[in-house]
Amino acid sequence: MSVASSQTEPDVANIAPRKQSLSDYWLLFTDYWRTVGAVLWKDFTAELRSKELLSSMLVFSLLVVLIFNFALELDRAARENVAAGVLWVTAIFAGTLGLNRSLSMEKDRGSLDGLLLAPVDRSALYFGKALGNLLFMLLVQAVILPVFSILFNLPLIKPLMLVVVLLGTVGYASVGTLLASMAVHSRARDVMLPILLFPVAVPVLVAAVRASSAILVAAAWEEISPWFNLLIGYDVIFVAVAYMVFDYVVEE
Amino acid sequence: MEKASRNLQILNVLTIVLLVIATALVFFYAPRERVMGDVQRIFYFHVPSAWVGFLAFLVTLVAGIAYLRTGSRGWDRVGYASVEIGLVFTVMTIVSGSIWARPAWNTWWTWDPRLTTYTILALIYVAYMMLRQGVEDPDRRARFAAVYGIVGFISVPITFFSIRWWRTIHPVVIGSSSPTAEGGFDMTSPMRLVFFFSLFTFTVLYFCFLANRLRLERLAERVEQLKARWLSA
Repeated sequence: MSVASSQTEPDVANIAPRKQSLSDYWLLFTDYWRTVGAVLWKDFTAELRSKELLSSMLVFSLLVVLIFNFALELDRAARENVAAGVLWVTAIFAGTLGLNRSLSMEKDRGSLDGLLLAPVDRSALYFGKALGNLLFMLLVQAVILPVFSILFNLPLIKPLMLVVVLLGTVGYASVGTLLASMAVHSRARDVMLPILLFPVAVPVLVAAVRASSAILVAAAWEEISPWFNLLIGYDVIFVAVAYMVFDYVVEE
Repeated sequence: MEKASRNLQILNVLTIVLLVIATALVFFYAPRERVMGDVQRIFYFHVPSAWVGFLAFLVTLVAGIAYLRTGSRGWDRVGYASVEIGLVFTVMTIVSGSIWARPAWNTWWTWDPRLTTYTILALIYVAYMMLRQGVEDPDRRARFAAVYGIVGFISVPITFFSIRWWRTIHPVVIGSSSPTAEGGFDMTSPMRLVFFFSLFTFTVLYFCFLANRLRLERLAERVEQLKARWLSA
Protein backbone atom coordinates (compact mmCIF):
# COMPACT_ATOMS: atom_id res chain seq x y z
CA MET A 1 0.00 0.00 0.00
CA SER A 2 1.53 3.28 -0.95
CA VAL A 3 1.78 6.39 1.16
CA ALA A 4 -0.83 8.38 -0.76
CA SER A 5 -3.73 6.02 -0.23
CA SER A 6 -3.08 5.82 3.50
CA GLN A 7 -3.09 9.62 3.63
CA THR A 8 -6.38 9.95 1.83
CA GLU A 9 -8.01 7.28 3.99
CA PRO A 10 -6.89 7.59 7.57
CA ASP A 11 -9.70 5.35 8.82
CA VAL A 12 -8.29 1.83 8.48
CA ALA A 13 -11.65 0.07 8.68
CA ASN A 14 -12.89 1.88 5.60
CA ILE A 15 -10.10 0.93 3.22
CA ALA A 16 -11.48 -2.28 1.76
CA PRO A 17 -15.12 -1.60 0.85
CA ARG A 18 -14.81 1.87 -0.69
CA LYS A 19 -14.42 2.06 -4.42
CA GLN A 20 -11.40 4.07 -5.49
CA SER A 21 -12.34 7.22 -7.30
CA LEU A 22 -10.44 8.79 -10.17
CA SER A 23 -8.71 11.29 -7.92
CA ASP A 24 -7.34 8.45 -5.79
CA TYR A 25 -5.77 6.91 -8.85
CA TRP A 26 -4.37 10.28 -9.79
CA LEU A 27 -2.83 10.60 -6.34
CA LEU A 28 -1.33 7.11 -6.63
CA PHE A 29 0.05 8.03 -10.02
CA THR A 30 1.70 11.28 -8.97
CA ASP A 31 2.98 9.60 -5.83
CA TYR A 32 4.60 6.88 -7.95
CA TRP A 33 6.38 9.42 -10.12
CA ARG A 34 7.44 11.41 -7.08
CA THR A 35 9.22 8.27 -5.85
CA VAL A 36 10.86 7.82 -9.25
CA GLY A 37 11.94 11.44 -9.15
CA ALA A 38 13.35 11.06 -5.63
CA VAL A 39 15.53 8.09 -6.63
CA LEU A 40 16.66 9.96 -9.73
CA TRP A 41 17.42 13.10 -7.74
CA LYS A 42 19.40 11.09 -5.19
CA ASP A 43 21.62 9.62 -7.92
CA PHE A 44 21.99 12.99 -9.56
CA THR A 45 23.01 14.75 -6.33
CA ALA A 46 25.49 12.00 -5.44
CA GLU A 47 27.02 12.28 -8.89
CA LEU A 48 27.13 16.07 -8.73
CA ARG A 49 29.16 15.84 -5.53
CA SER A 50 31.55 13.03 -6.43
CA LYS A 51 31.65 13.38 -10.25
CA GLU A 52 33.35 9.99 -10.41
CA LEU A 53 30.86 8.23 -12.68
CA LEU A 54 30.57 10.81 -15.44
CA SER A 55 34.26 11.66 -15.49
CA SER A 56 35.33 8.00 -15.74
CA MET A 57 32.76 7.29 -18.45
CA LEU A 58 33.88 10.33 -20.42
CA VAL A 59 37.59 9.64 -20.22
CA PHE A 60 36.95 6.02 -21.03
CA SER A 61 34.91 6.89 -24.14
CA LEU A 62 37.58 9.26 -25.41
CA LEU A 63 40.18 6.54 -24.93
CA VAL A 64 38.06 4.03 -26.83
CA VAL A 65 37.66 6.48 -29.73
CA LEU A 66 41.44 6.99 -29.78
CA ILE A 67 42.12 3.27 -29.65
CA PHE A 68 39.77 2.65 -32.55
CA ASN A 69 41.62 5.30 -34.46
CA PHE A 70 44.85 3.36 -34.05
CA ALA A 71 43.34 -0.11 -34.43
CA LEU A 72 41.52 0.65 -37.68
CA GLU A 73 43.19 2.47 -40.51
CA LEU A 74 40.60 5.23 -40.77
CA ASP A 75 40.92 6.99 -44.08
CA ARG A 76 38.09 9.02 -45.57
CA ALA A 77 36.15 6.07 -47.08
CA ALA A 78 36.63 3.77 -44.09
CA ARG A 79 35.54 6.51 -41.71
CA GLU A 80 32.14 6.79 -43.33
CA ASN A 81 31.65 3.04 -43.20
CA VAL A 82 32.70 2.35 -39.64
CA ALA A 83 31.92 5.62 -37.87
CA ALA A 84 28.47 4.53 -36.69
CA GLY A 85 29.86 1.23 -35.43
CA VAL A 86 32.71 2.89 -33.55
CA LEU A 87 30.33 5.41 -32.02
CA TRP A 88 27.93 2.77 -30.70
CA VAL A 89 30.60 0.40 -29.46
CA THR A 90 32.06 3.31 -27.52
CA ALA A 91 28.66 4.20 -26.10
CA ILE A 92 27.93 0.59 -25.10
CA PHE A 93 31.29 0.03 -23.39
CA ALA A 94 31.00 3.30 -21.51
CA GLY A 95 27.42 2.41 -20.62
CA THR A 96 28.55 -0.87 -19.06
CA LEU A 97 30.95 1.05 -16.83
CA GLY A 98 28.16 3.35 -15.70
CA LEU A 99 25.63 0.57 -15.09
CA ASN A 100 28.06 -1.48 -13.04
CA ARG A 101 29.04 1.51 -10.97
CA SER A 102 25.50 2.73 -10.39
CA LEU A 103 24.30 -0.56 -8.92
CA SER A 104 27.44 -1.70 -7.10
CA MET A 105 27.55 1.68 -5.37
CA GLU A 106 24.09 0.99 -3.95
CA LYS A 107 25.07 -2.46 -2.80
CA ASP A 108 28.47 -1.66 -1.28
CA ARG A 109 27.25 1.24 0.81
CA GLY A 110 24.18 -0.70 1.90
CA SER A 111 21.86 1.92 0.46
CA LEU A 112 20.06 -0.71 -1.61
CA ASP A 113 18.64 -2.21 1.58
CA GLY A 114 17.53 1.25 2.63
CA LEU A 115 15.75 1.80 -0.67
CA LEU A 116 14.05 -1.57 -0.42
CA LEU A 117 12.82 -0.81 3.10
CA ALA A 118 11.00 2.29 1.85
CA PRO A 119 7.21 1.71 1.66
CA VAL A 120 7.01 2.34 -2.09
CA ASP A 121 6.38 0.32 -5.19
CA ARG A 122 9.59 -1.54 -6.11
CA SER A 123 9.18 -0.79 -9.81
CA ALA A 124 9.41 2.93 -8.97
CA LEU A 125 12.94 2.22 -7.70
CA TYR A 126 13.69 0.50 -10.98
CA PHE A 127 12.46 3.42 -13.05
CA GLY A 128 14.41 5.84 -10.88
CA LYS A 129 17.65 3.92 -11.32
CA ALA A 130 17.03 3.31 -15.03
CA LEU A 131 16.27 6.98 -15.68
CA GLY A 132 19.44 7.94 -13.81
CA ASN A 133 21.52 5.56 -15.91
CA LEU A 134 19.82 6.82 -19.07
CA LEU A 135 20.57 10.41 -18.12
CA PHE A 136 24.26 9.73 -17.46
CA MET A 137 24.64 7.81 -20.70
CA LEU A 138 22.95 10.61 -22.64
CA LEU A 139 25.21 13.19 -21.02
CA VAL A 140 28.26 11.18 -22.10
CA GLN A 141 26.81 10.88 -25.61
CA ALA A 142 26.20 14.62 -25.64
CA VAL A 143 29.92 15.12 -25.17
CA ILE A 144 31.26 12.40 -27.43
CA LEU A 145 28.99 13.17 -30.38
CA PRO A 146 30.49 16.63 -31.04
CA VAL A 147 34.01 15.42 -30.24
CA PHE A 148 33.48 12.52 -32.59
CA SER A 149 32.20 14.72 -35.40
CA ILE A 150 35.25 16.96 -35.05
CA LEU A 151 37.81 14.16 -34.84
CA PHE A 152 36.28 12.15 -37.66
CA ASN A 153 35.12 15.15 -39.66
CA LEU A 154 31.59 13.81 -40.08
CA PRO A 155 28.24 15.60 -39.74
CA LEU A 156 26.89 13.59 -36.80
CA ILE A 157 24.68 16.13 -35.11
CA LYS A 158 21.39 15.87 -36.97
CA PRO A 159 17.91 15.79 -35.42
CA LEU A 160 17.25 12.21 -36.59
CA MET A 161 20.59 11.11 -35.20
CA LEU A 162 19.68 12.47 -31.79
CA VAL A 163 16.42 10.49 -31.89
CA VAL A 164 18.36 7.30 -32.70
CA VAL A 165 20.77 8.00 -29.84
CA LEU A 166 17.83 8.52 -27.48
CA LEU A 167 15.96 5.37 -28.56
CA GLY A 168 19.06 3.18 -28.54
CA THR A 169 20.16 4.41 -25.14
CA VAL A 170 16.67 3.91 -23.67
CA GLY A 171 16.70 0.26 -24.72
CA TYR A 172 20.23 -0.32 -23.49
CA ALA A 173 19.69 1.42 -20.16
CA SER A 174 16.40 -0.37 -19.44
CA VAL A 175 17.77 -3.89 -19.97
CA GLY A 176 21.12 -2.88 -18.51
CA THR A 177 19.65 -1.62 -15.23
CA LEU A 178 17.65 -4.82 -14.78
CA LEU A 179 20.61 -7.09 -15.51
CA ALA A 180 23.06 -4.98 -13.51
CA SER A 181 20.86 -5.31 -10.44
CA MET A 182 21.26 -9.09 -10.82
CA ALA A 183 24.96 -8.94 -11.69
CA VAL A 184 25.92 -7.07 -8.50
CA HIS A 185 24.74 -10.04 -6.45
CA SER A 186 26.91 -12.55 -8.28
CA ARG A 187 30.47 -13.46 -7.38
CA ALA A 188 32.33 -12.08 -10.40
CA ARG A 189 30.04 -9.09 -10.69
CA ASP A 190 32.03 -6.63 -12.80
CA VAL A 191 32.65 -9.32 -15.39
CA MET A 192 29.14 -10.70 -15.14
CA LEU A 193 27.28 -7.66 -16.48
CA PRO A 194 28.72 -7.58 -20.02
CA ILE A 195 28.33 -11.35 -20.32
CA LEU A 196 24.66 -11.11 -19.39
CA LEU A 197 23.94 -7.89 -21.23
CA PHE A 198 25.73 -8.05 -24.59
CA PRO A 199 23.93 -11.06 -26.11
CA VAL A 200 20.56 -9.61 -25.09
CA ALA A 201 21.44 -6.13 -26.36
CA VAL A 202 22.45 -7.25 -29.86
CA PRO A 203 19.23 -5.97 -31.52
CA VAL A 204 19.78 -2.49 -30.05
CA LEU A 205 23.31 -2.41 -31.37
CA VAL A 206 22.36 -3.69 -34.83
CA ALA A 207 19.42 -1.33 -35.24
CA ALA A 208 21.21 1.71 -33.83
CA VAL A 209 24.32 1.17 -35.96
CA ARG A 210 22.29 0.57 -39.12
CA ALA A 211 20.06 3.57 -38.53
CA SER A 212 23.01 5.83 -37.71
CA SER A 213 24.99 4.88 -40.78
CA ALA A 214 21.91 5.30 -42.97
CA ILE A 215 21.44 8.79 -41.52
CA LEU A 216 25.13 9.56 -42.05
CA VAL A 217 24.88 8.90 -45.78
CA ALA A 218 21.53 10.73 -45.86
CA ALA A 219 19.57 7.69 -47.00
CA ALA A 220 15.85 7.80 -47.79
CA TRP A 221 13.39 7.57 -44.90
CA GLU A 222 12.18 4.15 -46.19
CA GLU A 223 15.63 2.76 -45.49
CA ILE A 224 15.83 4.20 -42.00
CA SER A 225 12.29 3.62 -40.73
CA PRO A 226 12.45 -0.19 -40.17
CA TRP A 227 15.33 0.34 -37.75
CA PHE A 228 13.35 3.00 -35.93
CA ASN A 229 10.43 0.61 -35.59
CA LEU A 230 12.75 -2.09 -34.30
CA LEU A 231 14.27 0.25 -31.71
CA ILE A 232 10.85 1.42 -30.52
CA GLY A 233 9.57 -2.15 -30.34
CA TYR A 234 12.61 -3.27 -28.37
CA ASP A 235 12.30 -0.34 -25.96
CA VAL A 236 8.61 -0.96 -25.30
CA ILE A 237 9.00 -4.72 -24.84
CA PHE A 238 11.97 -4.53 -22.49
CA VAL A 239 10.73 -1.65 -20.38
CA ALA A 240 7.52 -3.66 -19.90
CA VAL A 241 9.38 -6.89 -19.09
CA ALA A 242 11.70 -5.13 -16.66
CA TYR A 243 8.70 -3.49 -14.99
CA MET A 244 7.09 -6.89 -14.49
CA VAL A 245 10.10 -8.85 -13.22
CA PHE A 246 12.06 -6.25 -11.23
CA ASP A 247 10.16 -7.15 -8.05
CA TYR A 248 11.58 -10.68 -8.16
CA VAL A 249 15.13 -9.46 -8.69
CA VAL A 250 15.30 -7.31 -5.56
CA GLU A 251 13.08 -9.50 -3.36
CA GLU A 252 14.87 -10.54 -0.15
CA MET B 1 19.66 -45.76 -4.35
CA GLU B 2 16.10 -45.54 -5.55
CA LYS B 3 15.45 -47.33 -8.81
CA ALA B 4 14.26 -45.46 -11.85
CA SER B 5 10.48 -45.45 -12.00
CA ARG B 6 8.66 -47.78 -14.35
CA ASN B 7 7.67 -44.96 -16.70
CA LEU B 8 11.22 -43.65 -16.92
CA GLN B 9 12.53 -47.12 -17.80
CA ILE B 10 9.95 -47.46 -20.55
CA LEU B 11 10.86 -44.00 -21.86
CA ASN B 12 14.57 -44.92 -21.88
CA VAL B 13 13.99 -48.11 -23.86
CA LEU B 14 11.60 -46.38 -26.25
CA THR B 15 14.13 -43.61 -26.91
CA ILE B 16 16.91 -46.09 -27.71
CA VAL B 17 14.68 -48.06 -30.08
CA LEU B 18 13.53 -44.88 -31.83
CA LEU B 19 17.11 -43.62 -32.18
CA VAL B 20 18.25 -46.89 -33.76
CA ILE B 21 15.33 -46.85 -36.20
CA ALA B 22 15.89 -43.17 -37.06
CA THR B 23 19.59 -43.72 -37.71
CA ALA B 24 18.85 -46.75 -39.87
CA LEU B 25 16.23 -44.79 -41.83
CA VAL B 26 18.60 -41.88 -42.40
CA PHE B 27 21.44 -44.06 -43.72
CA PHE B 28 19.60 -46.83 -45.54
CA TYR B 29 16.09 -45.68 -46.42
CA ALA B 30 16.40 -41.99 -47.24
CA PRO B 31 17.35 -41.45 -50.89
CA ARG B 32 20.66 -39.90 -51.87
CA GLU B 33 20.22 -36.21 -52.68
CA ARG B 34 21.05 -35.54 -56.32
CA VAL B 35 23.17 -32.39 -56.07
CA MET B 36 24.80 -32.56 -52.65
CA GLY B 37 25.12 -36.32 -52.26
CA ASP B 38 25.47 -38.05 -48.92
CA VAL B 39 26.38 -34.92 -47.00
CA GLN B 40 22.73 -33.90 -47.21
CA ARG B 41 21.92 -36.68 -44.71
CA ILE B 42 23.26 -34.36 -41.98
CA PHE B 43 20.01 -32.45 -42.47
CA TYR B 44 18.07 -35.22 -40.68
CA PHE B 45 20.14 -34.59 -37.55
CA HIS B 46 20.80 -30.88 -37.96
CA VAL B 47 17.23 -29.60 -38.11
CA PRO B 48 15.88 -31.82 -35.29
CA SER B 49 18.78 -30.71 -33.02
CA ALA B 50 18.02 -27.09 -33.83
CA TRP B 51 14.37 -27.70 -33.01
CA VAL B 52 15.23 -29.40 -29.71
CA GLY B 53 17.61 -26.58 -28.78
CA PHE B 54 14.80 -24.13 -29.33
CA LEU B 55 12.23 -26.28 -27.53
CA ALA B 56 14.56 -26.63 -24.54
CA PHE B 57 14.89 -22.88 -24.16
CA LEU B 58 11.15 -22.45 -24.60
CA VAL B 59 10.68 -24.90 -21.71
CA THR B 60 13.12 -22.79 -19.67
CA LEU B 61 11.02 -19.70 -20.38
CA VAL B 62 7.84 -21.48 -19.27
CA ALA B 63 9.58 -22.92 -16.22
CA GLY B 64 10.91 -19.44 -15.37
CA ILE B 65 7.44 -17.89 -15.49
CA ALA B 66 6.01 -20.80 -13.50
CA TYR B 67 8.76 -20.46 -10.88
CA LEU B 68 8.15 -16.74 -10.43
CA ARG B 69 4.42 -17.35 -10.05
CA THR B 70 4.51 -20.40 -7.76
CA GLY B 71 7.95 -20.27 -6.15
CA SER B 72 8.19 -24.04 -6.31
CA ARG B 73 11.76 -25.34 -6.53
CA GLY B 74 10.72 -28.04 -9.00
CA TRP B 75 10.24 -25.46 -11.75
CA ASP B 76 13.70 -24.10 -11.13
CA ARG B 77 15.14 -27.58 -11.59
CA VAL B 78 13.20 -27.99 -14.85
CA GLY B 79 14.57 -24.69 -16.17
CA TYR B 80 18.14 -25.55 -15.25
CA ALA B 81 17.98 -29.10 -16.65
CA SER B 82 16.42 -27.83 -19.86
CA VAL B 83 19.17 -25.23 -20.40
CA GLU B 84 21.86 -27.89 -19.96
CA ILE B 85 20.24 -30.16 -22.54
CA GLY B 86 19.46 -27.25 -24.84
CA LEU B 87 23.10 -26.16 -24.85
CA VAL B 88 24.24 -29.65 -25.89
CA PHE B 89 21.81 -29.67 -28.81
CA THR B 90 22.67 -26.09 -29.77
CA VAL B 91 26.34 -26.99 -30.03
CA MET B 92 25.42 -30.09 -32.02
CA THR B 93 23.40 -27.92 -34.40
CA ILE B 94 26.23 -25.47 -34.95
CA VAL B 95 28.84 -28.21 -35.45
CA SER B 96 26.70 -30.33 -37.80
CA GLY B 97 25.76 -27.20 -39.73
CA SER B 98 29.41 -26.28 -40.16
CA ILE B 99 30.25 -29.76 -41.43
CA TRP B 100 27.45 -29.46 -43.97
CA ALA B 101 28.30 -25.88 -44.92
CA ARG B 102 31.89 -26.73 -45.80
CA PRO B 103 30.97 -28.75 -48.94
CA ALA B 104 27.66 -26.97 -49.63
CA TRP B 105 28.69 -23.32 -49.21
CA ASN B 106 32.46 -23.87 -49.42
CA THR B 107 32.94 -22.27 -46.01
CA TRP B 108 32.66 -23.37 -42.38
CA TRP B 109 30.93 -20.25 -41.27
CA THR B 110 29.06 -17.27 -42.61
CA TRP B 111 27.39 -14.36 -40.85
CA ASP B 112 23.93 -15.38 -41.89
CA PRO B 113 21.01 -14.33 -39.62
CA ARG B 114 20.07 -17.86 -38.68
CA LEU B 115 23.65 -18.87 -37.86
CA THR B 116 24.35 -15.66 -35.99
CA THR B 117 21.09 -15.71 -34.06
CA TYR B 118 21.62 -19.32 -33.09
CA THR B 119 25.11 -18.57 -31.82
CA ILE B 120 23.84 -15.60 -29.81
CA LEU B 121 21.14 -17.90 -28.43
CA ALA B 122 23.85 -20.32 -27.30
CA LEU B 123 25.82 -17.46 -25.70
CA ILE B 124 22.72 -16.27 -23.81
CA TYR B 125 22.38 -19.69 -22.23
CA VAL B 126 26.10 -19.95 -21.49
CA ALA B 127 25.59 -16.65 -19.64
CA TYR B 128 22.59 -18.24 -17.89
CA MET B 129 24.80 -21.06 -16.60
CA MET B 130 27.49 -18.61 -15.49
CA LEU B 131 24.91 -16.53 -13.65
CA ARG B 132 23.72 -19.62 -11.81
CA GLN B 133 27.24 -20.55 -10.82
CA GLY B 134 27.96 -17.04 -9.63
CA VAL B 135 25.05 -16.76 -7.19
CA GLU B 136 25.27 -18.78 -3.98
CA ASP B 137 21.94 -18.27 -2.25
CA PRO B 138 19.62 -20.92 -3.80
CA ASP B 139 16.47 -18.77 -3.65
CA ARG B 140 18.14 -15.82 -5.29
CA ARG B 141 19.80 -18.09 -7.84
CA ALA B 142 16.43 -19.52 -8.85
CA ARG B 143 14.84 -16.07 -9.15
CA PHE B 144 17.72 -14.61 -11.18
CA ALA B 145 17.81 -17.65 -13.45
CA ALA B 146 14.06 -17.41 -14.06
CA VAL B 147 14.31 -13.70 -14.88
CA TYR B 148 17.26 -14.18 -17.21
CA GLY B 149 15.55 -17.14 -18.87
CA ILE B 150 12.60 -14.88 -19.67
CA VAL B 151 14.63 -11.84 -20.80
CA GLY B 152 16.97 -14.00 -22.89
CA PHE B 153 14.24 -15.87 -24.69
CA ILE B 154 12.26 -12.74 -25.51
CA SER B 155 15.31 -11.11 -27.06
CA VAL B 156 15.93 -13.99 -29.48
CA PRO B 157 13.21 -13.29 -32.07
CA ILE B 158 14.09 -9.57 -32.04
CA THR B 159 17.72 -10.47 -32.64
CA PHE B 160 16.67 -12.70 -35.51
CA PHE B 161 14.66 -9.97 -37.22
CA SER B 162 17.38 -7.41 -36.68
CA ILE B 163 19.96 -9.55 -38.43
CA ARG B 164 17.52 -10.78 -41.05
CA TRP B 165 17.57 -7.51 -42.97
CA TRP B 166 21.02 -8.44 -44.13
CA ARG B 167 20.80 -10.91 -46.96
CA THR B 168 20.39 -14.54 -45.94
CA ILE B 169 21.81 -17.58 -47.71
CA HIS B 170 20.52 -20.20 -45.27
CA PRO B 171 18.08 -22.51 -47.09
CA VAL B 172 14.52 -22.82 -45.87
CA VAL B 173 13.46 -26.38 -46.60
CA ILE B 174 10.02 -26.13 -45.03
CA GLY B 175 7.98 -23.15 -46.16
CA SER B 176 9.06 -20.63 -48.73
CA SER B 177 12.73 -20.17 -49.41
CA SER B 178 14.26 -16.81 -50.23
CA PRO B 179 15.65 -16.49 -53.76
CA THR B 180 19.19 -15.90 -52.49
CA ALA B 181 19.35 -19.16 -50.48
CA GLU B 182 22.01 -21.66 -51.50
CA GLY B 183 21.94 -25.40 -50.86
CA GLY B 184 18.17 -25.79 -50.65
CA PHE B 185 16.32 -28.77 -52.07
CA ASP B 186 12.79 -30.11 -52.38
CA MET B 187 11.95 -33.08 -50.20
CA THR B 188 10.59 -36.22 -51.82
CA SER B 189 8.06 -38.18 -49.78
CA PRO B 190 10.56 -40.77 -48.38
CA MET B 191 12.77 -37.86 -47.36
CA ARG B 192 9.83 -36.18 -45.67
CA LEU B 193 8.98 -39.39 -43.79
CA VAL B 194 12.56 -39.79 -42.53
CA PHE B 195 12.74 -36.13 -41.59
CA PHE B 196 9.56 -36.11 -39.52
CA PHE B 197 10.46 -39.41 -37.90
CA SER B 198 13.83 -37.97 -36.96
CA LEU B 199 12.17 -34.82 -35.60
CA PHE B 200 9.86 -36.94 -33.47
CA THR B 201 12.76 -39.09 -32.22
CA PHE B 202 14.78 -36.07 -31.18
CA THR B 203 11.80 -34.63 -29.33
CA VAL B 204 11.38 -37.89 -27.42
CA LEU B 205 15.13 -37.89 -26.78
CA TYR B 206 14.83 -34.43 -25.26
CA PHE B 207 12.09 -35.47 -22.85
CA CYS B 208 14.04 -38.61 -21.98
CA PHE B 209 17.13 -36.52 -21.12
CA LEU B 210 14.99 -34.08 -19.17
CA ALA B 211 13.36 -36.83 -17.10
CA ASN B 212 16.71 -38.44 -16.34
CA ARG B 213 18.33 -35.11 -15.52
CA LEU B 214 15.54 -34.24 -13.11
CA ARG B 215 15.91 -37.61 -11.40
CA LEU B 216 19.66 -37.02 -11.09
CA GLU B 217 19.01 -33.62 -9.55
CA ARG B 218 16.57 -35.11 -7.02
CA LEU B 219 19.10 -37.79 -6.10
CA ALA B 220 21.86 -35.19 -5.71
CA GLU B 221 19.62 -33.22 -3.36
CA ARG B 222 18.92 -36.37 -1.35
CA VAL B 223 22.66 -37.02 -1.04
CA GLU B 224 23.14 -33.47 0.24
CA GLN B 225 20.41 -33.95 2.84
CA LEU B 226 21.81 -37.30 3.97
CA LYS B 227 25.32 -35.85 4.19
CA ALA B 228 24.05 -32.96 6.26
CA ARG B 229 22.22 -35.33 8.58
CA TRP B 230 24.87 -38.02 9.10
CA LEU B 231 28.17 -36.19 8.75
CA SER B 232 27.35 -33.19 10.89
CA ALA B 233 26.26 -35.30 13.88
